[in-house]
Amino acid sequence: MRIFWGVGKYSEGMVNVCRAMRSEIPSAGRRWWQTWTAWTLWILLMLVVWTVIHCYNVASTMKTAEEALVSMCDERARMLQDQFAVSVNHVHALAILISTFHYQKNPSAMDQETFAFYTGMTAFERPLLNGVAYAQRVLHSEREKFESQQGWTIKTMKQEPSPVQDEYAPVIFSQETVFYLEALDMMSGEEDRENILMARATGKSVLTNPFRLLESNHLGVVLTFPVYRTGLPQDATVKERVEATAGYLGGAFDVESLVENLLRKLAGNQDIVVNVHDVTNISDPLTMYGPSNSEGYTALSRVSMLDFGDQFRKHQMVCRYSQKPLIPWSAITSPTGLVVILMLVAYILYAAQKRYVMVMEDCRKMEELKFQAEAADIAKTQFLATVSHEIRTPMNGVLGMLDMLLDTDLNSSQKDYAQTAQVCGKALIALINEVLDRAKIEAGMLEIEAVPFNLRSILDNVLSLFSAISREKGIELAVFVSDNVPEVLTGDPGRFRQIITNLVGNSVKFTERGHILVQVHLAKHSNIPTEGNACSRLNGLDTGKKISTLSGFEAADDRNSWENFKMLLSNDASQVNGFSSEKDLKNVTLIVSVEDTGIGIPFNAQDRVFTPFMQADSSTSRNYGGTGIGLSISKCLVELMGGKINFKSKPNVGSTFTFTAVLEQCTERSGRDSEGPPFENVPTCFKRMKVVLLDERPVRSAVTNYHLHRLGINVEFAQNSKMALNMLSQKNGCLRIGTMPKILLIEMDCLSNADVCLQKQLLEWKQNDHILDAPKVILLGTSESDKAKGESLVDIVIMKPLRASSVAVCLQQALEMENRSRKELPNRPVFLGNLLSGKNILVVDDNKVNLRVAAATLKKYGAKVECAESGKDALSLLKLPHKFDACFMDVQMPEMDGFEATRQIRMMENESRAQARIKAASSPNGFHREEPPHEQHLPILAMTADVILATYEECLKCGMNGYVSKPFDNEQLYQAVARFVASKPIASS
Amino acid sequence: MDVRLLQRQWVDHISALFFREGFLDAQFTQLQQLQDASTPDFVVEVVTLYFEDADRLLNNLWNTLSQPVVDFKKVDAQVHQLKGSSASIGAQRVKNTCVCFINCCEEGDLEACFGCLHRLKLEFTQWKSKLEALFRIEQQIVAAGGSLPMI
Repeated sequence: MRIFWGVGKYSEGMVNVCRAMRSEIPSAGRRWWQTWTAWTLWILLMLVVWTVIHCYNVASTMKTAEEALVSMCDERARMLQDQFAVSVNHVHALAILISTFHYQKNPSAMDQETFAFYTGMTAFERPLLNGVAYAQRVLHSEREKFESQQGWTIKTMKQEPSPVQDEYAPVIFSQETVFYLEALDMMSGEEDRENILMARATGKSVLTNPFRLLESNHLGVVLTFPVYRTGLPQDATVKERVEATAGYLGGAFDVESLVENLLRKLAGNQDIVVNVHDVTNISDPLTMYGPSNSEGYTALSRVSMLDFGDQFRKHQMVCRYSQKPLIPWSAITSPTGLVVILMLVAYILYAAQKRYVMVMEDCRKMEELKFQAEAADIAKTQFLATVSHEIRTPMNGVLGMLDMLLDTDLNSSQKDYAQTAQVCGKALIALINEVLDRAKIEAGMLEIEAVPFNLRSILDNVLSLFSAISREKGIELAVFVSDNVPEVLTGDPGRFRQIITNLVGNSVKFTERGHILVQVHLAKHSNIPTEGNACSRLNGLDTGKKISTLSGFEAADDRNSWENFKMLLSNDASQVNGFSSEKDLKNVTLIVSVEDTGIGIPFNAQDRVFTPFMQADSSTSRNYGGTGIGLSISKCLVELMGGKINFKSKPNVGSTFTFTAVLEQCTERSGRDSEGPPFENVPTCFKRMKVVLLDERPVRSAVTNYHLHRLGINVEFAQNSKMALNMLSQKNGCLRIGTMPKILLIEMDCLSNADVCLQKQLLEWKQNDHILDAPKVILLGTSESDKAKGESLVDIVIMKPLRASSVAVCLQQALEMENRSRKELPNRPVFLGNLLSGKNILVVDDNKVNLRVAAATLKKYGAKVECAESGKDALSLLKLPHKFDACFMDVQMPEMDGFEATRQIRMMENESRAQARIKAASSPNGFHREEPPHEQHLPILAMTADVILATYEECLKCGMNGYVSKPFDNEQLYQAVARFVASKPIASS
Repeated sequence: MDVRLLQRQWVDHISALFFREGFLDAQFTQLQQLQDASTPDFVVEVVTLYFEDADRLLNNLWNTLSQPVVDFKKVDAQVHQLKGSSASIGAQRVKNTCVCFINCCEEGDLEACFGCLHRLKLEFTQWKSKLEALFRIEQQIVAAGGSLPMI
């Protein structure tokens, strides 16, 4: 039923997870939208950033362009102005030249040819002027004289003879480039006339409006400069100037071509458009140069003022780029690059964050799963514990009924069926206990006890368990414990026994012929041979050699063959003396090996032998049964004991399991005389007896010797029958009757192989057993058939496996020792009745029914029972000193539960012990004690209905000694009671 | 009545209780084993104790469950007690019902608890009547001078 709940809980968990996931879906969607909004905002931000950087770049480019334009424009303007000034200066110089050489020389040093030549040669000085001409001032009164003098008449601009005027300004000298001006009256043109008048009034150069020049049709201006006759003071009045005027020097500036020439010489000519305007009349600027319509890039322009030396006219230069300045690529690439980098950074951050969230989510899920798995594991362990308990309870019922059934009158076949059923039931219980063990070990709840125990008697017990089956199969089962293994060790006898039982059980199960040998040595002595002989067998060279194992069959691990055995024995012997010095060593490492000659373990299965529920191969369980849990439990137990387990196995040869266990040496030597259960109960009446052992096999004889030695018997070994007979007769002859060997032990195979001489001798002894000196002959047999065979020849047959106690019984029979005392023989099994009879027991339970039943059960075993219905009553009854030997305590009680009551009882005990110690210390006689120490610790057993592991833990924690389940189960009650009652001898009996 | 007939009836009765209907388990046989010459009425005595105890517990349970606020811990403790005595007496079906009850209690399912209580009462009443019938036959056997057969 638990299982279904478990599944239910699990599926519930799944539903929860699903629900949680479903509830996360909208949030995930929301997150998705948030992500997209964030991305859109980020992209917009990036666009803004891009635009800002781009605009900044463009602006700075424009500014640079403007600065370049300004500097270029100013440079051009300045150059033009300079050139113009140079030209004007030169014209000024010409004017002075004329004044000097034409008017102040008499006769004139100048004529047209000279002028033309001179001006032609100096034209480079006036790059802006097309040419220069000189017009003389001629008053009307002087006209005729002048005309006659020159030989031509004055003509107007239109090449007509000039009409009468106040005065005239005919050109008398002209540069070759403007020769067509000769004889033309400059005052006939409106523009020129104004210029002339202006120039002579001011004495400075004067410019005309721009107009189309006659020849080139280019735009140009005319420069007029007055020439005075005599040196004129600087502050001369206008009238004086007019009076002093001799003529006018003029030159035409072909502004258009000249400016073009000038600009061509400068760098960056193509990029900019230059306009020169006459802005005398500001509202109507006159274009002197450049395209009239505003072509080019108008958004950016520069106006530079020009000073051509004419104070009445103003000129300016306007520069523009011919086309819009190019926006550099960097204005686009740099913001784009930045945006790309920022986008990448944002993506990296986003991805990292997403990954973080994902990992967190995964982590959370993992935690959840881990939690579920752990819960499931705990549930499994609990389930195992509960189920095994639940199975155990009805099984106990079944077994109890079978017990009762067997007590009734049954015919033999019915009895057989019932016994079979009981055996099966016990096997099932054992299996369930194993599973429970396994679960306990897994839950880490198994603890190893530390109580003194006798290793040898435990091994004897284990052997006796398997004696029936080994006899049936004809296998030789033997145990050998090295002499230097201490008699009493401190450890967990139950678990030790469990391991050995398991290993021997396996061996018995898988062995059909040969032997099973259990050996116990101290680890430090057996190390040497282990290493030394590891590889001697691997070569397969052993075929010719006689195999000297226990039964003569080959074993997988040749460590136990006689050669090694001898070495161990000699080691033992050499160590025996030195051993006493090592007594203070507390820890004893035992090495235990269980050797069999069974079917062995296939090589491919050897590595998973210790895995729980794994058998070597699935057919094994069909042929031999078993669950495969035993070895894994053994391994755990060995590890708990601080040892290691491993094995050597050869298919069809056998297996040898070896494990080590660290036990403590029992230091309580003082308790030895009290004959407590840990110490071996062997009869002492055989001490110093002598026997002769006829055995061909040294290992086997060593084993036999071991058992006899425990009884205090001295053994003499004989390899063959002749030697044996010699030993017996020699001693006879030597008259050493007192020490004469009384007994001859013969192995079965020696008997069957024995020569006629021995057989005859045996027959003789047998027939004349009244002869006093005739030694008793004992046969050691392995199977029932041996017994039948041997009985005709020998006095008695001892069936293997040998045990000290069984050997003792047989010897007693053989020697008909009447003085044997029952006390010395181990009285096993000890029954519950013996344990409990006469004991004072307190039962505490609040439930009257339970109380009554428990009391009745205990009474049935002879205990004197008192009852208490609550923890408080129990406490008052248990006030020290009290008479009780044990207390059974219910765990669940109102007011004060069993745990609490136990705690208080223990507290009381501790207090009284402390007081006793104080008293003992203060009293002059330190040995005197008020009460024996063992009475201060009252064994308390918990009674509980549900045996869950945790409850047991708690029982121990609060000082209880153990627990029994309610309702009482005989076996369990016995085990629990035996653990503490048996350790105290019944004082009254 | 003939002693043999009575004995037969007794065996029928008790085997029905044990095997077919599952009212009793091995614990009851253990109780019978505990009964000997020194305590001839042991079983009857214990069973009577159990009747009283169980009656009291069932009433308590009814009261506890009828409270406006049900203290499940208390219910649990009471059912545990009943389970303990039932186990001791070998009242198997009552005990099993107690186990169910405890589970319901752990889940805090009040309705199921009431269901269990009803079942528990029913089981208990049945058990009581069966046992009383059994004891009646026993008394008759004893009165007729016979002895109880071995089971």
